[in-house]
Amino acid sequence: MWQRLYNELAEHDFVVITIAMDSRGADAAREWIEAAEPAHPSLIDRDHVVSDLYNMVNVPMAVWIDEDGRIVRPAEYAGTNDAFRGQDRETGAWSDEAFQEMRRARLIYMDAIRDWARNGAASEFAWDQSEARDHLRLPSEETTLANAHFRIGQHLRQHGRVEEGDRFLEEAKRLAPDNWNIWRQAWNLQDAPVSTFWERVDALGDRRYSLPIDMPGIG
Amino acid sequence: MTTLLTQSGPAEVEARTDGDGLWLDVAEAERLTGWELKPEGFCYGPVCIPVPPGREAEFVAPGAVNLAGFWRHMRKPVLHDDAREVWMLGEDANSRSYEMLSLEAPDFTLPDLDGTVHRLSDYRGKRVLLVTWASW
Repeated sequence: MWQRLYNELAEHDFVVITIAMDSRGADAAREWIEAAEPAHPSLIDRDHVVSDLYNMVNVPMAVWIDEDGRIVRPAEYAGTNDAFRGQDRETGAWSDEAFQEMRRARLIYMDAIRDWARNGAASEFAWDQSEARDHLRLPSEETTLANAHFRIGQHLRQHGRVEEGDRFLEEAKRLAPDNWNIWRQAWNLQDAPVSTFWERVDALGDRRYSLPIDMPGIG
Repeated sequence: MTTLLTQSGPAEVEARTDGDGLWLDVAEAERLTGWELKPEGFCYGPVCIPVPPGREAEFVAPGAVNLAGFWRHMRKPVLHDDAREVWMLGEDANSRSYEMLSLEAPDFTLPDLDGTVHRLSDYRGKRVLLVTWASW
């Protein structure tokens, strides 16, 4: 998906950098990256450094950065919303309605990227500084502390110290109950079944899973 | 050897631990964290945190600095394993927020599949779409 977009827009001084948030490292991401054959930089972030720096709370999330290295759209869900919650819990099958909704939101987001890649600052989707600041989600003390716990926890786990590492990961989860990035990665490291994810999603009830994207037509 | 986890990734360092203190050679501490010991205090660029008067021995020794001590003094997260062999020096919410409000994209280096390291700022001059994903 990102590879196609990059090919289409590369002539416009535009680059896509994809980052795999995979504490299991390159081998976990290899299969997917090799299948996509990306011509753009495709990086691996075992320590979730990028989600810490940009205060990202899940995947996929995106940040738009202009030619001068300035953020024109802070971290936001990359065109995904809550439509996936219509998936069948057993088979993973999408209802027609959920699939259309997912697709619609994604197409709007991709078109916005195209508009920005072609028009730069003139694009209505690239915010000026004051709008961009208004859209920043700043981290709480709990978030930064959770990120520190996550870092040392996954490092210890990587080095075979599973039990001690898990203590830090559990504390990271407790400190950041809404940070799906931490929860999902920890579950992955701990080989939790997929049902664990769905149980936590379903426990949200009427609360949103994803954060709304401020873009007409997506929400 | 002690493993030190900072924003710039894990590093193996010669360090001395005593209780909750983590003492590093002054130059090594600066290389790893960007924080430099100066006469006016512990400094990062123009920002200097004075050594608390009367408590010098907790923070500085000849040629060495208690990195963990300063980190806590600055209210930034300090974590370590039971054996005090692995230390994590984290960032606090205020500093992170201040950095984010500048709207300057924080720089980082990460490897690709072949191990080639890429730096975000190498792509200056282009519009960059940074997008995350995961295999999980």
